[in-house]
Amino acid sequence: MASKLLKENKFEPLKPDKKYLLQVNSLRTYYPIKTGVFSRITGYVKAVDGVSFNIKKGQTMGLVGESGCGKTTVGRTILKLTPYTDGEVYFGGESIFDKNKKEMIQMRPKMQIIFQDPYSSLSPRLPVGEIIGEAVREHKLVPEDKFDDYITSIMNSCGLQAYHKDRYPHEFSGGQRQRICIARALALNPQFVVCDEPVSALDVSIQAQIINLLMDLQEKYGLTYLFISHDLSVVEHISDTIGVMYLGSLVETGTKKDIFKEPLHPYTQALFSAIPVPDPDYKMKRIILEGSIPSPANPPSGCKFHTRCRHCFDRCKVENPKPKDMGNGHVVCCHLYDK
Amino acid sequence: MWKFLVRRILLSIVILFFVSLIVYLIMRALPTSYVEGIARERASLPGGKSYTEWLQQLNQVYHLDGGVIEGFFGWLKDSFLKGEFGDSWKYNIPVVQKFKEVIWDSFTLGAISLILELVIAIPLGILAARKQYSRTDYTVSVFALIGISLPSFFFATLLKLGFSYKLGWFEPVGKVSRFYDQLTPVGQFFDVASHFVLPIMTLTIVSIGFLMRYTRTNMLEVLNSDYIRTARAKGLSENKVINKHAFRNTLIPIVTIVGGTLPGLFAGAMITEQLFSIPGIGFTAYQAMIIGDIPFSMFYLVFLATLTLIGTLISDILYAVVDPRVRVN
Repeated sequence: MASKLLKENKFEPLKPDKKYLLQVNSLRTYYPIKTGVFSRITGYVKAVDGVSFNIKKGQTMGLVGESGCGKTTVGRTILKLTPYTDGEVYFGGESIFDKNKKEMIQMRPKMQIIFQDPYSSLSPRLPVGEIIGEAVREHKLVPEDKFDDYITSIMNSCGLQAYHKDRYPHEFSGGQRQRICIARALALNPQFVVCDEPVSALDVSIQAQIINLLMDLQEKYGLTYLFISHDLSVVEHISDTIGVMYLGSLVETGTKKDIFKEPLHPYTQALFSAIPVPDPDYKMKRIILEGSIPSPANPPSGCKFHTRCRHCFDRCKVENPKPKDMGNGHVVCCHLYDK
Repeated sequence: MWKFLVRRILLSIVILFFVSLIVYLIMRALPTSYVEGIARERASLPGGKSYTEWLQQLNQVYHLDGGVIEGFFGWLKDSFLKGEFGDSWKYNIPVVQKFKEVIWDSFTLGAISLILELVIAIPLGILAARKQYSRTDYTVSVFALIGISLPSFFFATLLKLGFSYKLGWFEPVGKVSRFYDQLTPVGQFFDVASHFVLPIMTLTIVSIGFLMRYTRTNMLEVLNSDYIRTARAKGLSENKVINKHAFRNTLIPIVTIVGGTLPGLFAGAMITEQLFSIPGIGFTAYQAMIIGDIPFSMFYLVFLATLTLIGTLISDILYAVVDPRVRVN
């Protein structure tokens, strides 16, 4: 059934380009829905349904969208933490999905992830030094005699002290725990880090600290980020390019400047109209979306957004809009611009 | 902590008092009592006294003529204040002596099957959790559920049929063979071992399922947590992820559960011992109970109640010790 679904969505194979550190082409992640005694597969939740984007080395791409639109699944699928259904991911010119288990383990240190919840993403029975250093030792990234100094220096650069090494995660505050998560990811000397809503679980003041830490580290180590968030102000602060997701698909991608100055897709416009402005006299012209996000198990025909779009016309209900480049890499999927 | 401990111990004593009272009341309320049985037997002999006369006399001898409450407090005084549990009516020797004679057979059976249970159930549970909803998982789970659902006498009969009757590998009943006394010590050991194989298999089969399901559930919970995803993202090998990160966190609930079953080692396996006629504590207590042997039954049941209370007390204390919030202080 999955193969039949995929036949309708044949994609053009990608040409690896050295300009980009990460290239994602037509990525799909479907979760089977099993029902009944024999767990017959009766359908698929299309969590990610044909997502393509590229990230240049040293840049940050912000991935935004409302809850349940598949942002997190994109991040996890790129790192092969969730089984993919279809598509291609090239990292530094190498295809991730073609790698076997052993090659993948070799690859892992280069691409790291920071999870949303710093409370559950640290193993509760390991001391912090071990959490950070375990994989460093496993991959033999530094010689044994320099190991301690290396861990200490990584911890210091993330705002942690050396004496924190022997403590357990439950002894830290949320912000400190997120620093541990960042130190853990950085200790492996990665080139690319998926930041999966790294600040949503934190206070606003701590959010700023963590965001600034991430930006400092990016500068220092030349990191490339995929920054997943639903907080547009944070994304505006940290990103170079932005992708807007709706129900498993990217509806608009482009540079931060283009997207914030001139959002083209009706969904992006609605989303951006909801950014709060710190000025009590400012009159917000909010675009209110009707209804709620449809089920990704049974997405609407044609353009997935047509059920909630204020510009919806007949064509939107039957035909899925193709990505259209509006200049300067600003790509939008909407029939309004198909003339 | 001390206040908590004292309160818990006092509470346990109150519970133990009421447990003894209830057990005693039930023993006295049984439809046929030990003395009635003997009185009936003696009255049927020619030329003796009548049933009522015998009953009156025996009630006096066994101190059963003073009413239930008086009898209970008499037992309580003797057992807890003087430490005398009396002679068993059925076995005609002191209760404690009989208990010491039979407990180690039960303990051996229980301990070996517990070890086998741990060695088999925990790896199977981990395997089932790692391959959740796969064919392996379903196969393991189905066999576990068969073990849980079917009664021990079913397996005992099946094992006897297969391994004793058809194959003739192991002995079907009893603890020793007829020629036990003529064997060398090594021969004696193997003789007893051969008798113990089938009961141990039965006990293991019926207990594996629960622990396996329990391990699987806990393991699944841990495997779906973020820090396992973190461990995978670090590029650790699958074995390291499972053994170091996942299993270590699953171990705590398992230790709790297994710790709770430890007092059960002294309880014996009443049905299984009965099925294989092994003279362990379960078998002995069962024989004592059906004949209405109050001293032995009281000792056995109150002993079990005490073990259970001590077990819960220890696990309560351990919880307080293990809980990190307490540990930090």
